[in-house]
Amino acid sequence: MARDLMKRETNGNVAVAERTRNAVTYTPRFDIVETEGELVLYGDLPGVSKDNLDVRFENGQLTIQGTVEPRHADHEFLYGEYGIGDFYRSFSISEDIDAEKISAELHNGVLTLHLPKAEAVRPRKIAVKAG
Amino acid sequence: MVMNTLWRPFGSSVLEPFGFSDPTWLADSLAEMNRLSAEMDRMFRRFGLSDRPELPAVAYPALDLWQDDNCVYVEAELPGMDIGDLEIYVTGGDQLTIRGERKPPAVEKGTWHRQERGYGQFSRLLTLPCPVKTDEVEAHLKDGVLTITLPKCDAAKPRRLAIKAE
Repeated sequence: MARDLMKRETNGNVAVAERTRNAVTYTPRFDIVETEGELVLYGDLPGVSKDNLDVRFENGQLTIQGTVEPRHADHEFLYGEYGIGDFYRSFSISEDIDAEKISAELHNGVLTLHLPKAEAVRPRKIAVKAG
Repeated sequence: MVMNTLWRPFGSSVLEPFGFSDPTWLADSLAEMNRLSAEMDRMFRRFGLSDRPELPAVAYPALDLWQDDNCVYVEAELPGMDIGDLEIYVTGGDQLTIRGERKPPAVEKGTWHRQERGYGQFSRLLTLPCPVKTDEVEAHLKDGVLTITLPKCDAAKPRRLAIKAE
């Protein structure tokens, strides 16, 4: 389990123009589950507060950007097993999403995003009439 | 063939009477092996033999540890945890344990498209660089980042020595 929980660097897959403060950007880990009515995303964004989080949905592209305040500027580490950096991730959402109803919640460093499906693509049970 | 019969670390009835099937025994041994390997890495790094900018963590959670004259600080990223779900204690004056369980989100039935986050129980033990005042240890959890402040024992604090001029 340990490996799954570690932070991953983006390996260059970042929007370079947006990087202004931290030298390193990390790809946050995400769980995505689809139910009948919505897509739910859970993302680990430790150290990101509500004010430093930017979530956008545009043309089927969901972008999550979290800024983390550098907090170890003058520490000399005895253990330094993880780095501090911003978070960036973007997803292409192929489902039709009702953009007006997207909701986001950040609690203890975990982002929960609810993306309700548009009415048109929700599964519908068709009533069959006896002829 | 002999090996096949003997090497059954999980659920082996042969080993059970000796308590070897206890999962904590396995976890402790693995943790100890991890610790040794980390110590080696640290040693190489100190002598400039490792070019890695930072060492990958050997166990969850990954830790940053630093100190000043008065305190030792340990920080860990633990998104999704409440402080009440964490057990933090110091034994023997310098052995810090962080323990807890990360629970999966409660989801009604659905299709998982991605599952990148890990869940489950974790426990990490580390030896602090010096003895600390066990009663005055403080832990804070904010935005999924845990910070533990451990005040050093007075004997471990640096002391300026008076130098007498002849």
